[in-house]
Amino acid sequence: MVEVLVLAEHRKGELRDITFEMLTGARKICDKIGADLTVALLGFNVKEFAKELADYAKQVLIVEDERIKEFNSEAYQKILAKIIGERKPLLVMIGHTAIGMDLAPSLATSLNIPLTTDCIGLDFKDGKLYAIRQIYSGKVNAEITFKDAETYMVTIRSGAFQPEKPEPPMGGGIINIPSPLTDEDFAVKKFVEYVEEAKGEIDISAADIVVSVGRGIKDAKNIPLVEEFAKAVGGVLACSRPIVDKGWLPKDRQVGISGKTVKPKLYIAVGISGAFQHLAGIKGSGVIIAVNKDPKAPIFRVADYGIVDDLFKVIPVLKDKILELKGK
Amino acid sequence: MQSLHETENVFIKNGVMVVEKMDIIVCVKHVPDTAEAEVTIDPSGRDIKKEGLPFDINEWDNYAIEEALLLKEKHGGKVTVITVGPEEYNETLRKCLAKGADEAIRLYDESFKGSDGYTTAKILYSAIKNMKFDLILTGAMAGDDGYAQVGVTLAEMLGIPHASLVKKVEVKDGWVKVNRELEGGLEEVAEVKLPAVLAIQTGINEPRYVSIAGIRRAAKKEIKVLGLAELGLSKEEVGELGSPTRLERLFIPEVTKKVEFLTGDPSEVASKLANVLKEKGVL
Ligand SMILES: Cc1cc2nc3c(=O)[nH]c(=O)nc-3n(C[C@H](O)[C@H](O)[C@H](O)COP(=O)(O)OP(=O)(O)OC[C@H]3O[C@@H](n4cnc5c(N)ncnc54)[C@H](O)[C@@H]3O)c2cc1C
Ligand SMILES: Nc1ncnc2c1ncn2[C@@H]1O[C@H](COP(=O)(O)O)[C@@H](O)[C@H]1O
Repeated sequence: MVEVLVLAEHRKGELRDITFEMLTGARKICDKIGADLTVALLGFNVKEFAKELADYAKQVLIVEDERIKEFNSEAYQKILAKIIGERKPLLVMIGHTAIGMDLAPSLATSLNIPLTTDCIGLDFKDGKLYAIRQIYSGKVNAEITFKDAETYMVTIRSGAFQPEKPEPPMGGGIINIPSPLTDEDFAVKKFVEYVEEAKGEIDISAADIVVSVGRGIKDAKNIPLVEEFAKAVGGVLACSRPIVDKGWLPKDRQVGISGKTVKPKLYIAVGISGAFQHLAGIKGSGVIIAVNKDPKAPIFRVADYGIVDDLFKVIPVLKDKILELKGK
Repeated sequence: MQSLHETENVFIKNGVMVVEKMDIIVCVKHVPDTAEAEVTIDPSGRDIKKEGLPFDINEWDNYAIEEALLLKEKHGGKVTVITVGPEEYNETLRKCLAKGADEAIRLYDESFKGSDGYTTAKILYSAIKNMKFDLILTGAMAGDDGYAQVGVTLAEMLGIPHASLVKKVEVKDGWVKVNRELEGGLEEVAEVKLPAVLAIQTGINEPRYVSIAGIRRAAKKEIKVLGLAELGLSKEEVGELGSPTRLERLFIPEVTKKVEFLTGDPSEVASKLANVLKEKGVL
């Protein structure tokens, strides 16, 4: 039977959203080409997860080993190479996440499987696999095809598919696979611990109004311009990643996949292009307003209102106008 | 620390043999900056028009070369930068030499065009497998194609371990302790045995600027160029022919949500925005 294999992702006792997103995307493909959907779950004490995943797949393969309580790419690679080698799925789906980026390229290489990464769409047409991915930080989409192979691998961008629970639940069978791991598999790479970022005084994820500044601000000395604007609208100041990378604002102000998720009533992005890693952090926002001098900036694909202009010209005027209105 | 007379890279510390002096290879890519540019697709439909775009070292690689230079300053050793690309890529190599890299290598043949992430890694591998190194640094991702694939693929080809999304590096006793960036502000500390490949994430350090003296020094340095034959590769193994994936066509993403642009001079825009905010009850 033709099979699509999804790698379940979990961390710190929780299945991650990407798992359900991939399972939903995979199910559509399986329906289209008549394939079975299988999910692989690797970890320790994860039987509860297996039960949850059984609603979403035909089969849940579960490999438990105390040594993979936390993700380890070397150990995962050994287990998955064995599973893929034996089952020969047509397609393997892994998240384009901190786990997937550390695993998929070496796994695919070791098995000589064609891989493309960070996909936002997948389709089989006339038995041929097509993947859509974005390049140039979201300005252009690329359609990718593959050399004929028994198995293909893709990594999937977070948020590319909306998770939906199958109705009725699929009631998949749970198959326990003995762990093939030995201590040797941990000889060159070891997980040590998690470290959490330090918490500051301001919690941007709880704010009703967030004004975010991006690389368009050009220099640290210009940040007060946006900070004052944020104050005028009664919001907190947040930012995109480059602002934190440069040390201009602390890490707890970063919005996005590797920073904070915000859900304000109003989100104003100033000089931010709208890379998906940033957009992932503002999905739950009410009204989104973007100020950017490039009308083609991807941020305008998610914004409700757009201002196409030089931020240095408009922000001071916007600030004064709002202060004037508030003064009345 | 007691340093004995061993070979140049190895010495004995507390009775344990350790590698301390570091030979580091950094993979760098020369990429167009499209953040503020209008991107258009060229007539082939498979590439963007590159004329007029500013090119520079890939943002992630700029952090990788800095990390290599910091490690060299701390441990001693040598930093070699390597790239796969045409002559324009020399500009990025020269920039790295000006910052303090010791040697630069460019791998190029016309037939490399169309290489995907896997094949780019294979070309790098064919040169690096003959080189001496303790550590290889790559960027976590290239800002143009965004595969986030080449570094980890290269590690597998070389048969050495890797870590991706690296935000902190500490070399000790033949191992490297790294912080890997996970989602939501969480990091993971992991230990990886040397030699290894680390794919570096932005923000790990503060990349230095190039000095005038550095630029002068770099101008005199030779850039070694290796072609297909010198790398022991054949045309069938590289470029589109050798790549497991193929970029079929490019297209500009559809707009699914319609943005309302507020137009006019700044004061008109300000009034319109104020109305919107009032209407939505957020002010
Ligand atoms: C694993 C990983 C995790 C990441 N996590 C995050 C994350 O959590 N959060 C995040 O934000 N990014 C994250 N990134 C980085 C992300 O890919 C982008 O690089 C980043 O979001 C870009 O920030 P930016 O929009 O501020 O800068 P740019 O993309 O450089 O955009 C700057 C924008 O400013 C505009 N501009 C310039 N000058 C002006 C002016 N005078 N007036 C008006 N507009 C102007 C430009 O037109 C451009 O659109 C991550 C990347 C990776 C690989
Ligand atoms: N053409 C190239 N030459 C040298 N290094 C490259 C090249 N392409 C990618 N790399 C390296 O691989 C990293 C990840 O790139 P990618 O997998 O293409 O996103 C980059 O940051 C570089 O360090």
